[in-house]
Amino acid sequence: MNARTTSESGPREMTGAEMVVQALKDNGVKHIFGYPGGAVLPIYDELFQQDDIEHILVRHEQGAGHAAEGYARSTGKPGVVLVTSGPGATNVVTALQDALMDSIPLVCITGQVPTSLIGSDAFQECDTVGITRPCTKHNWLVKDVNQLAAILHEAFHVATTGRPGPVVVDIPKDVQFGKGIYVPPQTAPRTSYQPRVQGDLDKIREAVALMASARQPIIYTGGGVINSGPEAGHLLRELVELTGFPITSTLMGLGAYPASGKNWLGMLGMHGTYEANMAMHDCDVMLCIGARFDDRITGRVNAFSPNSKKIHIDIDPSSINKNVRVDVPIIGDVGRVLEDLVRLWRATVKPDKKALYPWWEQIARWRARDSLAFKNSDDVIMPQYAIQRLYELTKDRDVFVTTEVGQHQMWAAQHYHFEKPNRWMTSGGLGTMGYGLPAALGVQIAHPDALVIDIAGDASVQMTIQEMSTAVQYEAPIKIFILNNQYMGMVRQWQQLLHGNRLSHSYTEAMPDFVLLAQAYGAHGIRCDKPADLDAAIQEMIDVKKPVIFDCRVAALANCFPMIPSGKAHNEMLLPDEATDEAVANAIDAKGRELV
Amino acid sequence: MSAHLQPTGSAYFIARETERPETHTLSVLVDNEPGVLARVIGLFSGRGYNIESLTVSETEHEQRLSRITVVTRGTPHVLEQIKHQLERLVPVHRVVDLSVRAVELGQGKPLARELALVKVAGTGEARVEALRLAEAFRAKVIDANTEHFIFEITGAVAKIEQFIAIMRPLGLVEICRTGVAAMNRGPQGM
Repeated sequence: MNARTTSESGPREMTGAEMVVQALKDNGVKHIFGYPGGAVLPIYDELFQQDDIEHILVRHEQGAGHAAEGYARSTGKPGVVLVTSGPGATNVVTALQDALMDSIPLVCITGQVPTSLIGSDAFQECDTVGITRPCTKHNWLVKDVNQLAAILHEAFHVATTGRPGPVVVDIPKDVQFGKGIYVPPQTAPRTSYQPRVQGDLDKIREAVALMASARQPIIYTGGGVINSGPEAGHLLRELVELTGFPITSTLMGLGAYPASGKNWLGMLGMHGTYEANMAMHDCDVMLCIGARFDDRITGRVNAFSPNSKKIHIDIDPSSINKNVRVDVPIIGDVGRVLEDLVRLWRATVKPDKKALYPWWEQIARWRARDSLAFKNSDDVIMPQYAIQRLYELTKDRDVFVTTEVGQHQMWAAQHYHFEKPNRWMTSGGLGTMGYGLPAALGVQIAHPDALVIDIAGDASVQMTIQEMSTAVQYEAPIKIFILNNQYMGMVRQWQQLLHGNRLSHSYTEAMPDFVLLAQAYGAHGIRCDKPADLDAAIQEMIDVKKPVIFDCRVAALANCFPMIPSGKAHNEMLLPDEATDEAVANAIDAKGRELV
Repeated sequence: MSAHLQPTGSAYFIARETERPETHTLSVLVDNEPGVLARVIGLFSGRGYNIESLTVSETEHEQRLSRITVVTRGTPHVLEQIKHQLERLVPVHRVVDLSVRAVELGQGKPLARELALVKVAGTGEARVEALRLAEAFRAKVIDANTEHFIFEITGAVAKIEQFIAIMRPLGLVEICRTGVAAMNRGPQGM
């Protein structure tokens, strides 16, 4: 074979660094997020000499990882990260674990010291594949340039198929310089990796029969619906319409079913709505779609939905029966399984929606408790009110929302309402403070004309604030909407609940002036501390065609309710109007304090 | 309604374990590539599973497949999770719980054998006794001088344990064991 004469797309000789860029192009990559360093310079040199792929230079590798996550979640495409060896690789570890826990497809390319120096404690050497082994779906150290192209294609395949996740390809510098034969992507994945996508029809029939017999059913959905793609979202809406079942969702699944839909109960779990959690507890049939019975969802496991038959659709067999025993497990891609489920339901079930009336009446009584209510104020901005106003003033736009982690994240989930999937980017599994700002940057790069808002807390945002500089450089007009209460709010809330209100190190005494900080970065700063001024200030934030840091001064000691306190069941929620100081102090018993 | 539900203490999953732990032998067929053993071992340590014995070697040279035999202990629920978690690893082809399969096949337990090298030093009465007992256990002498023997013994784990226990007062110096190799009885493969 004369490799040199074959066409552009066929096998041909090139350097490892050229292969990296070619493989990115062949896998449809338009943007990558990265930071150069000694061990990746050959790849950066190749990037310099082409225009097809745009490189976004971050200020810290963790930012590159979260930006790629935001990019991936908002587009459904894999996010790509390029970092150097040693500290470059270790800095991206948080984002890799975050992507692993939330099933986000990331391809992370790391430089490595030359193969001859591996193991010699060389400058900027670390055992990248060793360090990232438990926080990736799979990883590779490429020692032969002739295997590089195939490994890169396999990396994209593994990251994006089955249950998506992050992968790392570690490329020593001599492999980047070395010459070898490039092969284009081909559809011959290794035989050991064959994710199952089609559900077992017998099990789906069983599920349909169980659902048809239900009198108090509930659909509980998660991020798997969004990962499965837009078709899964359409099918979910069709299924809800056909069955008339109430539907709730995890934090990760918000937007798969529209919040304006009449069957929507709101989010469930630790800070979910009363109606969603009570319906979960009292249901007779639970249909779990692409969610994983996480501990923030179930509350006390041995009191979790005690009288229901449970159906669980998931692409990952290890999610089945992991935390909660289910009666009908269906392993497969949510979209494919829902297609069969909807078809079989249409063919075999005569829906009797009247049979569900008593259940809906019960739900209406729970809903009447108005569990998201809060006492508003004319003097200080209540954080919930800030989110409500933000929602009202932005909902009719092409809007994407990211968050950091803490109280503001829960208030955003409760009071900002999503109509479409892929519009809500938050760190659910790992709970990474500092996720939201770089994630917003990634979203804005993918959607340059959209309104991208990071609903942030004053503590979280400082963990990755340096990426404001990136946003300014790339003219990405992200809006950082900080609910500033000067506390690590959720830490303070738990200290109040669990530790006698001894607020150990949860107050930030030296807070930066966020308006001046914005100006220092070349962004626009806004401060607001009066409810009456809030709407105009939010409007200014929307109208400014620059990155904005919005310092929204909110009530300092507000707590996030409703809440399932530690060690309690779904039907033992603490509601805002019952959350007196005494109730809060006694919400968790001594044993709970020990174990949380 | 909630009065009878006594708090167990945490929103984290800390349910009291009601199932009894069992010892199972798993066969794991993997691509023989760098790091594959680290992935398997890391999964066990990272998720808090036990490894009682681990054996690994390439068994299909042309396809570059290795067979890993793991003896592990856990409740049936944990054992099921271990199997699923192993199957998630990209280079893993198949995972068979040989203990579960043996029960399905009506065989009680899978066949399991281990090899041990046992060095015993001594003279006089103890030396004669060691050799006599080794013959009773069908252990082979693979090295000796006037002051020591090295025995090679193959058999079920219990037999090796027993042999070692007997050799201990007779001048046991050191032991090396391979870990368990196991498969199910009958004509079918894994």
